Amino acid sequence: MEDRKARIKFFLSKWFRDYQLRDDEDIFALGFVNSLLAIQLLAFLEREFGVTIEDQDLDFDNFRTLNGMDALLHRKTNVVRSPG
Amino acid sequence: MRLDLSLEQKEARQRFRAFVREHIAPYAGQWDRDHRVPVEAIERVRACGYLAAPHPQRQGGPLDQITYGLLTEEIGRGCSSVRSLLTVHDMVSLAIWRWGNAEVKAEFGAGTAAGAILCALALSEPQAGSDASAVAVEAVADGEGYRLTGRKKWVTFGQIADLFLVLAKCEQQPTAFLVPADAAGLTRIAMKSVVGTRASLLAELVLEGCRVPKHHLIGRIGFGLSHVIGTALDHGRYSVAWGSVGIAQACLEASVEYAEERRQFGRPIAEHQLVQRKLTEMIASTRAARLLCYHAGYLREVQDPGAAAETSLAKYFASRAAVRAANDAVQIHGANGLTEEYNVERYLRDAKVTEIIEGSTEIQQTTIPRLRFAEL
Repeated sequence: MEDRKARIKFFLSKWFRDYQLRDDEDIFALGFVNSLLAIQLLAFLEREFGVTIEDQDLDFDNFRTLNGMDALLHRKTNVVRSPG
Repeated sequence: MRLDLSLEQKEARQRFRAFVREHIAPYAGQWDRDHRVPVEAIERVRACGYLAAPHPQRQGGPLDQITYGLLTEEIGRGCSSVRSLLTVHDMVSLAIWRWGNAEVKAEFGAGTAAGAILCALALSEPQAGSDASAVAVEAVADGEGYRLTGRKKWVTFGQIADLFLVLAKCEQQPTAFLVPADAAGLTRIAMKSVVGTRASLLAELVLEGCRVPKHHLIGRIGFGLSHVIGTALDHGRYSVAWGSVGIAQACLEASVEYAEERRQFGRPIAEHQLVQRKLTEMIASTRAARLLCYHAGYLREVQDPGAAAETSLAKYFASRAAVRAANDAVQIHGANGLTEEYNVERYLRDAKVTEIIEGSTEIQQTTIPRLRFAEL
């Protein structure tokens, strides 16, 4: 869990530069986000963690904070790993 | 690092080139004057599998990103209006595949992947261009569906599209909807006054309580611009970047041919230094644009998170290179360059379009420094 958040935080640091993003901080409210971040963040999460973000995952709470993104990834990876 | 196309990619490029040489380039001027790409030409493009070529459901499998780029360049070299058909159909069909629900995919997936259901993007409005978040088309929930009201403008191939991806405000949030062309309450009006990609059958759409079923909401309320349209525009920029390389290459070839034949002051103008300077600039910037497109294509192929940023950079550079090349091509042709007898005046008008659509040059200039690149 902490490793996931650390990896996402490192990816986002390119936009946030020296700002130390907290786990529960709203990245949209901070004002660093631009229109391409959505696409690049999606590509990063999918490639880095081997998941596919689908239309039912489109909920701002899933992408608003490091905690939210970590929880989304946890749900998606656990669904993949659960026995059928 | 090896920078070379595979044998399959080279062979594919030859096929694309032959197709354009036979079926597109000889007619592009007339289509431009007629303000229409004929249905027969579109059908030929569709029959070759060139519509939705990178779509995962494409029969025979999708083209890889580089081969798709080669296709787009060759089509763009022949006719920018036909290239714009690929741009809009492909970006909408891919956005549907990416974000559509199971019902939408069952209803439209196969048809859009085959190009049998022609798609177009209805994003811009009279008061909403670069500022796409300012769209005013409103979508209101109505029983089992939504009613859309408002007006869209600059819809490429909107005159003949079967399906529109429309960005609207739903609960005051940007939300994307699929609107079939035969939906009640939808009227399309042909736009005839454009001077670039004149054959691309532009339309305005008037939506008057136009009703769509609930499952035609693509993605989720509030994600219409950032994710659904964002996916579409990311692809659109890649397509326009390669299409711009096609224009620049066409300008270069036309200019070399003209300069070697045209004689002034007792020798071909190709021997005049200032013409040579222009040709050198064209060669260098076309090559550079193509290399940026290759790099973006490679990153898209491996799904690198930096691909979208590199794609924006490629579109920015290539579109400006196309305009410079076209401007110089007209200059090299002299007064002949200002007549419809030569293609370069069309190249200039079509090149200018590429600096405006899919994120204008000015938007790219203010966005690119803030993007995340793997390295600057």
